[in-house]
Amino acid sequence: MSQLEELKAAIRGHLDSLDCVIGWEEGYDPLHATPLFIHTEADLDRLNISPLAVHNLATYATGFKGTKIGIVVRGCHSRSIIELLTEKLIERDEVVLFGLCCDGVVSQRKIRAALPADPGFVEAVEIGADELEITIAGEKTTLKVQDVLADKCRICAYPDPLLADVLIGEKHAERPNDVGLACQDDFEAKSGAEKLAFWQDTMSRCIRCYACRNVCPMCVCQDYCIAGSRDPLWMSQENTPAENFMFQMIHVSHLTGRCTECGECERACPVDIPLMLLRRYMNKQVREVFGHQAGITLDKTPPLLTFQVEEARIKERDW
Amino acid sequence: MSAEDVRELRIVGFLCNWCSYGGADTAGVARFTQPTDLRIIRVPCSGRIDPLFVARALLNGADGVLVSGCHPRDCHYAEGNFYARRRLEMLKRFLPITGIDERRFEYTWVSASEGQRWQHVVTEFTRRIHELGPAPSFNPSSAEEWANLALHEATKGETCPCHGA
Repeated sequence: MSQLEELKAAIRGHLDSLDCVIGWEEGYDPLHATPLFIHTEADLDRLNISPLAVHNLATYATGFKGTKIGIVVRGCHSRSIIELLTEKLIERDEVVLFGLCCDGVVSQRKIRAALPADPGFVEAVEIGADELEITIAGEKTTLKVQDVLADKCRICAYPDPLLADVLIGEKHAERPNDVGLACQDDFEAKSGAEKLAFWQDTMSRCIRCYACRNVCPMCVCQDYCIAGSRDPLWMSQENTPAENFMFQMIHVSHLTGRCTECGECERACPVDIPLMLLRRYMNKQVREVFGHQAGITLDKTPPLLTFQVEEARIKERDW
Repeated sequence: MSAEDVRELRIVGFLCNWCSYGGADTAGVARFTQPTDLRIIRVPCSGRIDPLFVARALLNGADGVLVSGCHPRDCHYAEGNFYARRRLEMLKRFLPITGIDERRFEYTWVSASEGQRWQHVVTEFTRRIHELGPAPSFNPSSAEEWANLALHEATKGETCPCHGA
């Protein structure tokens, strides 16, 4: 039985006891997936778990609080769920997790770059074992899944869900959890002036659509986000690099020690701002100082919600 | 430094009400000479200081930001500065990736009786900021720079500068 059939069977078995199950289906064209809310068995036919199904569905979890739902999770998505549970933002008995052992998802950005022309209308996508065959205007292009894999999947340490009620697929061998990306190291090695210039440049592109916030599974207070508050006025309506960057600082500061690196912020950004540079960097700092990785176990308090009287790895300034 | 022939810089100081603000007062009462670049904002506790206060100040053009609270274990509210220490340390570590010089931000502990220590902290920090000079503006500072920025962004296309093609 394929992973998809196995998953469908598992969901079918739980559907009666759940208000809905969240998965993915084909979106506006065969190349894009979109979240699917499964209420009846008929909806189940549209379920799609190909590498094109990228969305972190844990984002919806807090919105369904008080009802009982099922969520299909990949490895990194399960970390978001664990973090939400740790912070008591969702209840364990209100979610049923259908875990997929995941071989990685694609990056639409890389697909777009690899296609000969702007995709426009995609007629068909054939998904092979490790290839995508994309048909656009009668012409076929074959891409290796490995080549268009999202960055987070290239360095993924937890391909299998760390928490799941139903586990589907075969578990992977254990992977190292400290692999870095070359582009990250390159960026961090730049001088302060270069980095400042880079962010000034990049942030001037930001249209402040807040897509990065809206897809973030950890951004749970969206209705009360301080970026939208008039009193206190944290951010003005001015569209300048500094104001746009202020929003990213808010996001970074509210994610410190909580970010599970699912990469949704960067994926959702309509103007390709490499937000994961900030996320990966901050997670590294949190690991260095607190030895903490968000969303791995259920019994650790997020580091900024607790303290130690003597901090082992914070050096007090001597003046 | 200030009050002399050098241009004053803008340094924002967030001081907790119970220790550091008292310490600054002690220094004042004792008439210790201090540089005058620092503008003090009094807060109830260092735990009240959201790291975003500091980020906001730096983005709005402060040349330096100094945070000072009670010594760990001496917090008026018992544990406010323990939380503050973790947050401020993470902020200090965050600044390098933004390109903002992390030396423009510092946090320290000064008690109400440490007038002399306060004088030392202010003098040292102000000297450091003067060595760094005025902070570069995050926004373009002239109409010409704005135009350059817009042109640059418009001609760059969709390629993500971090990940290449």
